[in-house]
Amino acid sequence: MTLKTSRRAFLRGASAAVATLVVGLDPRGAWAAGHGGDLVPNPFVRIGADGSVTVIAKHFEMGQGTTTGLASLLAEELDADWEQVRVEFAPANTQLYVNTLFGVQGTGGSTALANSFMQYREAGAAARSLLVQAAAAEWGVPAAEITVANGVVSHGDKNAGFGDLVGRVPADAQPDVVVKTPAQFALIGRDKLPRKDSAAKTDGTATFAMDVMPEGVIFAVIAHAPKFGGTVVSFDATEALAMPGVIDVKQVPMGVAVYAENTWAAMMARDAVQIEWDFSNAETRSMDAMEAEYAAAMDQPGLPARADGGTDDALGAAASTIEAEFHFPFLAHAPMETLNCVVQIKDGKVQVWDGSQFQTVTQGAVGAVSGVGPENVAIETVYAGGSFGRRANFTSDYEVEATFAAQALGTDRPVKLVWTREDDIRGGYYRPMTRHRIRAGVDADGKLTGWHSTIANKSIFTGTPMEAMAVNGGVDHFSVEGVVDTEYALPAMQVDLHNMQSAVPVLWWRSVGHSHSGYAMEVAIDMAAEAAGRDPVEFRRELLANAPRSLGVLNLVAEKADWGAPLPAGWGRGVAVHKSFNTYVAEVAEVSTDAEGRVKLERFVAAVDLGVAVNPDVIRAQVEGSIGYGLGHVMRQKITFTEGEVDQSNFPDYEPLRIADMPRVEVHIVPSTEAPTGIGEPGLPPAGPALANAIYAATGKRVMRLPMVDDGIVFA
Amino acid sequence: MAITLKINGQEHAVEAPPDMPLLWAIRDIVRLTGTKFGCGVASCGACTVHVDGQPTRSCQAWIGDLEGAEITTIEGLQGRVAEAVQGAWRDLDVVQCGYCQSGQIMQAIGLLTETPKPSDDDIDAAMNGNVCRCATYVRIRAAIHEAAKRLEA
Ligand code: FES
Ligand code: FES
Repeated sequence: MTLKTSRRAFLRGASAAVATLVVGLDPRGAWAAGHGGDLVPNPFVRIGADGSVTVIAKHFEMGQGTTTGLASLLAEELDADWEQVRVEFAPANTQLYVNTLFGVQGTGGSTALANSFMQYREAGAAARSLLVQAAAAEWGVPAAEITVANGVVSHGDKNAGFGDLVGRVPADAQPDVVVKTPAQFALIGRDKLPRKDSAAKTDGTATFAMDVMPEGVIFAVIAHAPKFGGTVVSFDATEALAMPGVIDVKQVPMGVAVYAENTWAAMMARDAVQIEWDFSNAETRSMDAMEAEYAAAMDQPGLPARADGGTDDALGAAASTIEAEFHFPFLAHAPMETLNCVVQIKDGKVQVWDGSQFQTVTQGAVGAVSGVGPENVAIETVYAGGSFGRRANFTSDYEVEATFAAQALGTDRPVKLVWTREDDIRGGYYRPMTRHRIRAGVDADGKLTGWHSTIANKSIFTGTPMEAMAVNGGVDHFSVEGVVDTEYALPAMQVDLHNMQSAVPVLWWRSVGHSHSGYAMEVAIDMAAEAAGRDPVEFRRELLANAPRSLGVLNLVAEKADWGAPLPAGWGRGVAVHKSFNTYVAEVAEVSTDAEGRVKLERFVAAVDLGVAVNPDVIRAQVEGSIGYGLGHVMRQKITFTEGEVDQSNFPDYEPLRIADMPRVEVHIVPSTEAPTGIGEPGLPPAGPALANAIYAATGKRVMRLPMVDDGIVFA
Repeated sequence: MAITLKINGQEHAVEAPPDMPLLWAIRDIVRLTGTKFGCGVASCGACTVHVDGQPTRSCQAWIGDLEGAEITTIEGLQGRVAEAVQGAWRDLDVVQCGYCQSGQIMQAIGLLTETPKPSDDDIDAAMNGNVCRCATYVRIRAAIHEAAKRLEA
């Protein structure tokens, strides 16, 4: 099975519906209905009589630059002036705003630009065509002679702004949708197109869910079970209820909800509630017990995720073999804005204010829990203070919690549920802990002869409503991605998978399976290159001979990073290349070490090939950010357990990357006319192994246990 | 008994216990939401405001201690340094999710007020308490240098 075909099958119905909506709306119905004199040619754009162009973003903005991206696509084909364009988030409406790669309204998997690329361009071209027809009718000239540039419609010495034309579209006009060729692009690919969210995010006016406090709002926090799978037996809120500002305390399915006049009062009162928990179905193991199970699995045959055949023979006959066993910890996403949302249940309807990543799933879940049905759940999507995958999950956990909290109180006032940082770090849905053993053989000529990967982790998709998208024969593609579909021509390859069980909930975490597979593969390839006596770049080039785009980024990064040029004493350089989400990224890391052997990250050079580069500066920002996010976790971060309780609680013990850790970063983009792919995640997988390989070059130490500080690495 | 807080030049009578952190008074009571909650334990800097001109973690400042103090939030910024910093932030498109950025900007203004021409090391030292989970650090450094340059001009 390939993921693509199964995803497509899953989605067929929904995407067909949207295809007709893009440009197939009944024209009279569509623009006659524009309220306040606006021109509303399709669900993606509204043009005001004041000349403003409002792009309706079907994807949420967690910092990845999608609002800027979608606006560029639409404004490009509309020939709008960038200054006149603003962005609004779409309401929850799966029919109009489906992610055509998912079949639901939602954002993730670095798909936003890819699934919108033609849709938003066609929407802009349709709107442009209507404005041109309006001008043609006004001026009595052929539409074909009219030009549009920078928000001005022109013919000879006649000019009109968009606002002048919105009320003049002939009632029988049909949009003639002709999109540009790449050579005609003016906004797409422009190097420094200002982000649409920069101003509001530098003066404090950007609205995040945390900032939504409607009239009458009640603040709530929930005391969750300290072990996953624990349930409430009883609680005593006497002391909490006597505290200032406290409104009430109620049991909800996932714990005990505390309501107050402000967040702080709710947080303080929560500490005062005495709760007795039942842990009979809870995860109660400590880390060493869990790790021992994963380690034991390495020696057992697993499910065949890939079996080319002949692996044992190839390894047996090899001149030399390498063996490496990697440990990757559970990781929390820890977005800067902790999870929160506002829910109001009133008159048989539910209103949700949320940095909503999976609108369709949340409508369904909140509709079911509240009993009003998905059609009566409205979602206002606002800016999200990061996500890294956490805000999208199969159960809409925090939106459902807020709904239960509102319901338990029996109020029709808005209830704002806030997770503290401790709730966030201990709240589960982690990057799955993973063990990965690799054995590879090299022959006397320095060529690989065979490759055997054994992987143990908990499946993300098994047992969820989206299982069919990802799981085949017990193998969750996301448990083994980046290995079974490696770009390298690895001979006699075998990949075994062990599905580990635990009550600890797991989830996609920025780059999903690639977050660990990229590390294991790229460190092991480096080890194989060494066993073969070959230069790491040279060795990779040979294995990528039939993978031109991976080879392209590898060659570019080697050139830009001066691969092979001498470094100061104590420095080391490492390379990694990894494809994920159909984007190709190679990175070179440079580190220095001081007299005590402490490691300092000096410089990263990245080369990316993601097809057409819609917003080069956003792409650079995403690569800088995903390198930083990846490095912080590889260096210091982990989630561990003692008798089922999470050991970490907040930033002092789940130490994020800070500015002093951040190396200089250079990003180079391969020019391309291929359809664009995503960039929110693919910069991450090569960052860790490039660092590991640089540390090896500088110190001779191979880091196989993450975070690196647990494997003896000390950072300056 | 109400506590009077002077925020952005305006007095607010706040009905809350004296041990309430300034952060929550600013956000939930005065309803100025540009100042953010990130950790509550002085470990991320998202809540940074100026108290008598000094960058201060508002999650660790109690309102009972702040009567008479001049409190400035991102909404109340004024002056050359603030303009240079916010302008550089916009022109370099520093932000990603943006949630940490009010705190970053408040901290950066504090740095440039004390040290008009900071080195990379000065920046790393002054800004290390401000976490950005999106890791916009490369651009934060560049924007601080850019703001310093604009202030010199
Ligand atoms: S919220 Fe105050 S430092 Fe994090
Ligand atoms: S911009 Fe997202 S946390 Fe800094």
